[in-house]
Amino acid sequence: MIGVLVAVSSSVTVLAGRDPRDFDAPAPGAWDWGFAIDIVPFMVEGLVVTIQATLLGITIALVLGLVLAILRRSPRRLISWPVATFIEVIRSTPLLIQLFFLFFVLPDVTDGSIQFSPLTTGVIGLAIHYGTYTSESYRAGIENVATGQWEGATAINLSTTQTWRHVVLPQAVPTVIPALGNYVVAMFKDAPLLTAITVGELLAQAKALQGVWFRGMEPFTVAGVLFLVVSIPAAIGVRHLETRYGYERE
Amino acid sequence: MENVRKAFGDLVVLDGLDLEVAHAERLVIMGPSGSGKTTILRVLMTLERPDDGIIWIGDQPLYHEQRDGELVSAGHRHISAVRRNVSMVFQHFNLFPHMTSLDNITIGPRKALGLSREEANERARDLLDLVGLSDKADSKPAQLSGGQKQRVAIARALAMQPEVVLFDEVTSALDPELVGEVLGVLREIALAGETTMILVTHEMGFAREVADRVIMFDGGRVIEEGPPAKIFSEPVQQRTQDFLRAVLGREEM
Repeated sequence: MIGVLVAVSSSVTVLAGRDPRDFDAPAPGAWDWGFAIDIVPFMVEGLVVTIQATLLGITIALVLGLVLAILRRSPRRLISWPVATFIEVIRSTPLLIQLFFLFFVLPDVTDGSIQFSPLTTGVIGLAIHYGTYTSESYRAGIENVATGQWEGATAINLSTTQTWRHVVLPQAVPTVIPALGNYVVAMFKDAPLLTAITVGELLAQAKALQGVWFRGMEPFTVAGVLFLVVSIPAAIGVRHLETRYGYERE
Repeated sequence: MENVRKAFGDLVVLDGLDLEVAHAERLVIMGPSGSGKTTILRVLMTLERPDDGIIWIGDQPLYHEQRDGELVSAGHRHISAVRRNVSMVFQHFNLFPHMTSLDNITIGPRKALGLSREEANERARDLLDLVGLSDKADSKPAQLSGGQKQRVAIARALAMQPEVVLFDEVTSALDPELVGEVLGVLREIALAGETTMILVTHEMGFAREVADRVIMFDGGRVIEEGPPAKIFSEPVQQRTQDFLRAVLGREEM
């Protein structure tokens, strides 16, 4: 997993190679179509980073959330209690603060021995934050599985692990897929926060252009449109998931 | 079961219960609702942990391990190993809705007993045949009637080839016209005479027919026991008489 993150981070430096000064100056006035169209490739570079961060982040969050949800149900308080606290603390504090802790504080307190690239830090931050949210969705799905299912599994002597794997999760997970899909879209829209830890994602690219040309209209509009271009189809996809998995429940 | 005690808060549901069931015996437990008869089965299935007492399955204690001649509280592994000899059929079936009948029956033998898929399938097909549902192997529970579900659940329990099968009011959740098919399957298992059966049921006609012994359970204790002919015809205890009158009266209605 770390290997993938490192590989992606290094590809990003290549991607964000273009200089924001490398454009013709926008014409005076409220809106310059020439400038707006010119900057699109530069902005798409940022969009690619945003999408990479989201896909990596949600992949880890989906796994982490499941692990947290299962651990939270542990009969051992020594496990369930710290996990529950962790989930509540992360869910109740802003993602931006968590990103700052990972990016600025963690290297300090570990004397620099734990220090990730901006993008890696961002992906970890998104994954942990959304992992606690997905864990709550999983939890709802798990609690919806009737106690009789656990008892049925005991009656044929399945172990706890086997019961989770073959009986409970196959019933719990499909019911929460739509909710999980919503978190993909939500995470995508939260990814611009990574700007604050110097990740060259979509909003950062727009901000760089604005910094050079003192013109926010075109860069931020293009950024907004690019977000829409991705998030609207994604939202439609999630709705399809809802209709598909909605009716299979008994 | 020796001196088994179980209480939920102040409510004592098993009050120092002593009960012995012979191999291949068919024991019917009857009693008013809330009398704790289901708890007996749940304790045997390890769904409820008793507060006190010792339960033996064959010559092995269920909740205890023998160490240096003494009985100490058992770990997970021991309980699981002894529990292998017990299986249970529930009032509400508790089939796994995401699996076909065949998978419901084979998952236990495959995962808990380590059978290959082929061996487990073979065993399952024999059992589906026994319960008269050979054509429903690939159906999911939602496609089955209540009676069919319960017959699959019986096959699932038998697939573990347990010493003891516990039947917890297995016809109570069924529409009246479906009760007969399930009782028919139980009768067949009883006639085969290989499995110890402990049944909690309100089907008195059925109990009279297949039981070797009937116990009347109330207030956490066995208040009367004996062969069905005696219990049903000449019960000694007043509470047994009242209970039978209430249950049989209802049946005649």
